[in-house]
Amino acid sequence: MADVFMLSRIQFAANISFHILFPTITIALCWLLCYFKVRFHLSGHPVWMRIYRFWVKVFALTFALGVVSGITMSFQFGTNWPGFMETVGNIAGPLLGYEVLTAFFLEATFLGIMLFGINRVPPWVHTLATFIVAIGTSLSAFWILALNSWMQTPTGHEIIDGVVHAKDWWAIIFNPSFPYRFAHMLIASGLTACFLMAGISAYRIKRGDNKKAPQLSLKTALTAAALLAPLQVFVGDLHGLNTFEHQPQKVAAMEGVWDTTEGAPLLLFAVPDETERTNHFEVPIPNLASVILTHDPNGTIRGLNEFKGEHPPVKPVFYGFRLMVGLGLLMLAMAWLGSFYAWRKPAMPGWLLSGLVAMTFSGWLATLAGWYVTEVGRQPYLVTGILKTADAVTDVHPGNVWLSLSAYLTVYAVLLVAYIRTLFLMARRSVEIEEIQPHEHDNPFRQARPADTAPLAQPGGSK
Amino acid sequence: MIPDYALADIFAFLMALSVLVYAILDGYDLGVGLLLPMNNEQHRDKMIASIGPFWDANETWLVLAVGLLLIAFPTAHSYILKALYLPAAVMLIGLILRGVAFDFRAKVRPGRKRTWDHVFKIGSLLATASQGYMLGAYVMGFEQSLGAIIFSLLSAVGVTMAYILIGASWLIMKTEQDLQQRAIRWATRASMVSFVGILAVCVVNPLINEQVMSRWTTAPSAYLFAMIPVLCFMFLTLQVLVLRRLPLANDEGCWLPFVLTTLVFLTCFAGLGVSFYPYVVPGVMTFTEAASAPDSLRFILYGALVVIPCILAYTVFSYRVFWGKVRDLTYY
Ligand code: HDD
Ligand code: HEM
Ligand code: HEM
Repeated sequence: MADVFMLSRIQFAANISFHILFPTITIALCWLLCYFKVRFHLSGHPVWMRIYRFWVKVFALTFALGVVSGITMSFQFGTNWPGFMETVGNIAGPLLGYEVLTAFFLEATFLGIMLFGINRVPPWVHTLATFIVAIGTSLSAFWILALNSWMQTPTGHEIIDGVVHAKDWWAIIFNPSFPYRFAHMLIASGLTACFLMAGISAYRIKRGDNKKAPQLSLKTALTAAALLAPLQVFVGDLHGLNTFEHQPQKVAAMEGVWDTTEGAPLLLFAVPDETERTNHFEVPIPNLASVILTHDPNGTIRGLNEFKGEHPPVKPVFYGFRLMVGLGLLMLAMAWLGSFYAWRKPAMPGWLLSGLVAMTFSGWLATLAGWYVTEVGRQPYLVTGILKTADAVTDVHPGNVWLSLSAYLTVYAVLLVAYIRTLFLMARRSVEIEEIQPHEHDNPFRQARPADTAPLAQPGGSK
Repeated sequence: MIPDYALADIFAFLMALSVLVYAILDGYDLGVGLLLPMNNEQHRDKMIASIGPFWDANETWLVLAVGLLLIAFPTAHSYILKALYLPAAVMLIGLILRGVAFDFRAKVRPGRKRTWDHVFKIGSLLATASQGYMLGAYVMGFEQSLGAIIFSLLSAVGVTMAYILIGASWLIMKTEQDLQQRAIRWATRASMVSFVGILAVCVVNPLINEQVMSRWTTAPSAYLFAMIPVLCFMFLTLQVLVLRRLPLANDEGCWLPFVLTTLVFLTCFAGLGVSFYPYVVPGVMTFTEAASAPDSLRFILYGALVVIPCILAYTVFSYRVFWGKVRDLTYY
């Protein structure tokens, strides 16, 4: 029987999971859009404008979904987690406040100019607006991750009468896990956007679109991914070391270490068993976990036995971690292989294109898996060592939570389907979307070059 | 250095300000959504184009208002939002539907566009009506009686009217020709209904709430406060008179209805403020009681004093970029 506690958790998890899908794309996509605009200014070649035109529409749609699901989030803290604000409101409040003040207004206002102002402002102002939106989205990630990291590894505060008070804002914002989480999340966003772009471009090429635009966006996306993927593995490793230092119980669950071990193996696969407190079907690589985490083949890894009753559920953390790392390695392989073809060979083989189409949303999977590892791995605490999740829950009537939860889930399911279908629909109508309109030739920046093979389509419906 | 006792009032003021700005700004774009005529696609395109560059920033004022409530008065935030749990959920779903319909309508197959326009309209209605309902419930101190529910439903109708009024006023300012004519008719009707609605609230509110009654009837401040409804009804009357004469040659004065509606909003809001200050939850909790720790409030206030002028500056810039009548949908 689900009580308010479980329902609120499910509702919160559903809302934030839905929300994060869209920021992960917008944060990095906006920087890619800046890149396209700058390339266009530098070369004057219309193909960059075509690419921009297509992806700015994807961006607009994604951004809209991110905004509306984000508004839901800001109502959640009070309704479902009153204990959270009562205990740590003095920390969480200002961080959320700065996010609204410095990031949300900035991105929302300049978004208007970026999306609708192209004929109303000079080209450089338009490009500047795009830059400002990109800065806004990254700033908002900065603040919200500062808060989330503080919840993982709290520092810079004191507790008076059970309520947390801020002592040192610098220490609160730049808490021990923040730099790693911020870097890891930004790169995750980069990879998600790159694989989305690669997937959609590959889909267009597979359907026989022989324009320059999809070729070039595919190459851009794969090259960026080829650079980001190894960086992510490296940053992820540093992140893991940091977690090992500050939240050893989380690492024990990630690695499936039930008892403190010297020279722990790395488990490629296993089925953790919570009741017997052991793993079945282990596929181990001896001593490797110790090497990774302590740089010593016989290093000690503290096991879950040291944290009885205080450690997270093992299964979701264990599987989530493997899913994320597995996808990370797969992305690395695909990005390198794809870049090799994009730079060296005339045409990409069909199976590689199909593989890229299949991986269009792989970034979403890896990001969600990563967040589940992080968030479930913090349980039973909401704020490590300070507040347990169970103590923060609301006393709203469960019937109400049921109602709101089912309404949200229905809306989310419909929107997710509509979003994905619309992306592929746009890919099929891409030629129309990318067309250059005649009045744009008035602009000295936008002269078409004969080198561009794409025919100029007739001006028609503008979107 | 700002003294501790002043902080609660400063944040109460900032929060009230952002609620007011929200009601005016998102009010006009929700109103445009409510008015969307299903029988004329060109008009729909124009109307939506007129709010396109602004709706996102407009909604951010709601995030700021809720954020300030959360930051400065956390206990009140959970008290109010728990009491309004379901209407708040309905509002959020309305805002979600509306925000996404706006973008989907321009990207789907032509046959589907109309469907998303319906979604846009329904989403606007859900969001508006639930905001009105919440306002009513708040005024009634979150009572659960039948009378309170009826009052809240009436308030939902009232806010819907008010948003239609400001939406239509916006369109008068931003459009031309037959769409403008249409907007003038919409605005005229909405002004009259609003007149009756506001009158009803002015009568009912003091009758059901002793504190409100004494606030409005205790001399000498009552003489000053009495100005508020007088001004409000004056503006509404003026509005109807102006609407009779529009449109003028060269489209002069097309901005007048919007300004007058804004003044009506301002006076209604001031009336609410007079009725309920210093309570953040009527009859239960004052701003000072609900305020969070002074150090945290100061940390955010200093930042806000630097950032808010910047926000205002680039908001003005954005409105200047899109000054004048809406042009055709030249997106991106
Ligand atoms: C790492 C990034 C990230 C994370 C973890 C979150 N968000 Fe977010 N959020 C963004 C990154 C972002 C963004 C990139 O800034 C968005 C997404 C798309 C967009 O348009 O802005 C955004 C939009 C957005 C909005 C709408 C802003 C507007 O009106 O323009 C709100 C109110 C929130 N978020 C609130 C939250 C809350 C309360 C969260 C935590 C529980 C949260 N977000 C997690
Ligand atoms: C953006 C990606 C995020 C995802 C996918 C995510 C996911 C989750 C999930 C799955 C849980 C449930 C864990 C459990 O109950 O076992 C959870 C819990 C929680 N997270 Fe996050 N989270 C994210 C970011 C954040 C951020 C940025 C914050 C706050 C600033 C936050 C605050 C919380 C809170 C308050 C809970 C407790 C509620 C609960 O246990 O369900 N999360 N999150
Ligand atoms: C392949 C190597 C990778 C390693 C070693 C790695 C490592 C980690 C670790 C240890 C955590 C948990 C940190 C904590 O909770 O304290 C984490 C979280 C996370 N991972 Fe990864 N990761 C890798 C790849 C990826 C990829 C490819 C993505 C997405 C595209 C991704 C996205 C995330 C996200 C969004 C989180 C949650 C936020 C955070 O805590 O930073 N990771 N990762």
